[in-house]
Amino acid sequence: MSTSPNIARVARVVAAKDLRIEMRSHIVVQQVLPFAGLVMVMFAFALDNDDVLQRVAGGLVWLATLFSLFIVVQRSYAIETSDGALDALRVAGVDSQGIFLGKSAALFVQLITLEMLLFVLAVVLYQVQLSLAGLVLLVTCVLCATAGLAFVGTLYGGLTAGARGRETLLPLLLLPVVAPVVLSATRATESAFLSGGTVLADGWSWVGVLAVFAALFGIGGLLSFGALIEE
Amino acid sequence: MNSTAVRSVGTPSTRLFGLLAIVCMTWVVVGGLFFTPADLNQGESVRIMYVHVPTAWVAYLAFIVTGVASAMFMFGKRHSLGFDRVAGASAEVGLMFMAITLISGSLWGRLTWGTFWEWDPRLTTTAFLFVTYLGYMAVRGLGGSPQQRARRSAVVAMLAVLEIPLVHFSVVMWRSLHQRASVLSTDGDIKMDGLMLTTLFVGVIGFTCTFAWLVSHRQRVMAMRDILLATQLDSALNERIAEGSQS
Amino acid sequence: MDALSTSIIDLRDVVAVYNGYPALAGASLSVEKGEIVLLQGPNGAGKSTLLRLCAGLLPVERGTAFVLGCNVQNERERIRSRVGLLGHNNGLYADLSIADNISFWASMVGALQSEIDAAMSRMGIDGSLASRSVGNLSAGQKRRCALACLIVRRAELWLLDEPHAGLDAKGRDEIDAILREASQLGATIVVASHEVERAQHLATRNVAVVAGRVQERS
Repeated sequence: MSTSPNIARVARVVAAKDLRIEMRSHIVVQQVLPFAGLVMVMFAFALDNDDVLQRVAGGLVWLATLFSLFIVVQRSYAIETSDGALDALRVAGVDSQGIFLGKSAALFVQLITLEMLLFVLAVVLYQVQLSLAGLVLLVTCVLCATAGLAFVGTLYGGLTAGARGRETLLPLLLLPVVAPVVLSATRATESAFLSGGTVLADGWSWVGVLAVFAALFGIGGLLSFGALIEE
Repeated sequence: MNSTAVRSVGTPSTRLFGLLAIVCMTWVVVGGLFFTPADLNQGESVRIMYVHVPTAWVAYLAFIVTGVASAMFMFGKRHSLGFDRVAGASAEVGLMFMAITLISGSLWGRLTWGTFWEWDPRLTTTAFLFVTYLGYMAVRGLGGSPQQRARRSAVVAMLAVLEIPLVHFSVVMWRSLHQRASVLSTDGDIKMDGLMLTTLFVGVIGFTCTFAWLVSHRQRVMAMRDILLATQLDSALNERIAEGSQS
Repeated sequence: MDALSTSIIDLRDVVAVYNGYPALAGASLSVEKGEIVLLQGPNGAGKSTLLRLCAGLLPVERGTAFVLGCNVQNERERIRSRVGLLGHNNGLYADLSIADNISFWASMVGALQSEIDAAMSRMGIDGSLASRSVGNLSAGQKRRCALACLIVRRAELWLLDEPHAGLDAKGRDEIDAILREASQLGATIVVASHEVERAQHLATRNVAVVAGRVQERS
């Protein structure tokens, strides 16, 4: 009889598998990044005011990330359901908590890559300025916010994966839940960019909210993922 | 043997709630519209308070009931589907009360401040609660066996219990930044006299009894629907067995 | 209760439902350790549902179902790591190579490198084929890969849904040999197959599944 691996091992292998698939298929790099970049350009068309754009740049980056989140999560589960791989993992008795952590980790890496590009675009398209202290705040904000988005995306993605008519449910379920992240991340980013007359200190309290969110949904996800992917 | 007379669908508890609801609501309608005084600042529009405040209270009560019932389903030994039905019924009825809260709040704001919407934390959080519960009802409609539907919805409801306070907290933090707007809550500057307070209190009781009455009936309908599904399964089974013996 | 603890599979009047439709309409089946059972029946009879239920993937609507001594209704986790299922799907990742897919599975189930190499070699998917992306393979080659993943699981109970489909004659012979070996090593095997003639000399017992119920044949 073979031995079952522990959660950390499962997580590592699942994350590596997801990232390897992305490296072979280039879906995020070739499809989602251009999409997100175009969304940023569309915002410029819609808002048509350089001062406004500079002020709201933080919010626009996080909105573009949010729209891309739906696509990336659905891709993350499409690879599992197209040939019944997730079912096979369940039959093999693989620890669902490990699957949750692994897929969240892979989603985290993909989102971070996306956000880096979007922030570069924000500097280019919307002419935002960034100081060193602001950079530290921004990096911390991005790490905490992305962790929260990755956990929540993996969790609700697991619920809506597979069955007909379920994928369209993902945005409806996800949007109310990620609202605190969008709100807090935008405020912290605005503080980092020193736009709208905000100070850096305010930004750190918002990062606190992001950290709490990530912790709560990380734990909540670990506890509930197994029940959500069950048939 | 076949009785065609319509049998009453009430039970002692629904009759009690129903009666209390009728009495209290009559008081609220009559008192709220005619006997209570108008407000110094807001004039007659303050009367919307007798609808808006109790329905807001009931909306949050419904949310708590759904959360608690979901937890009792998940962590109870027998995973009794009765708790799941209460959770679902409470969410459905709660959705209706949330809609009333949002609409009445919006109208009140229009009358008092001239705008249909304010980013007031309570109103914003209620709007999020509304959308979250729309999602919950969609998850309940996903199909599958009653046990699976119950387990999925219970998890989603308990995650909502995590999410809503976070939403509220972040919105409160957010609005506190915009000090110039201050707390433009429509009931911020009402001076309540004894009769207004009493009517409001009676309204809360009345709306709560209405909520209990509706939930009680709704969960009974859900139970009957499950029985109907089981009966339909019986006939589907017989059909399938019959088709087997033909071949 | 004694009968329950010794049978590998013990289903009594099991009803399994998909959206109100009773795919299994009162199926009863008992399988002892070491048997190779063949499930025959027309399309839509419920063979696949029966296998998925035994794998712990589906809930039991009515009746009782015990697999490996565990109740399918509430002890599914305990069944799962001991059961291997080859379903309609192959459970593979199209963007990865055969070698990547199998090593992923081996990591998930804790198999050794030597076991992986042996399985790949037996299924004829080692060598240059192993580095090809699964999405570019033929149906038969994907099936072999899925079978190799099943072999490294070393499960106590093997559940196979049309394992011969898409394979050439050599592949089918190889499958039969593997199943016989696994049975000799103590595994219990249930195969659903249309290939009545081929399967008959493999199985120790034939069972027909018709309209969601089980009928024994000799």
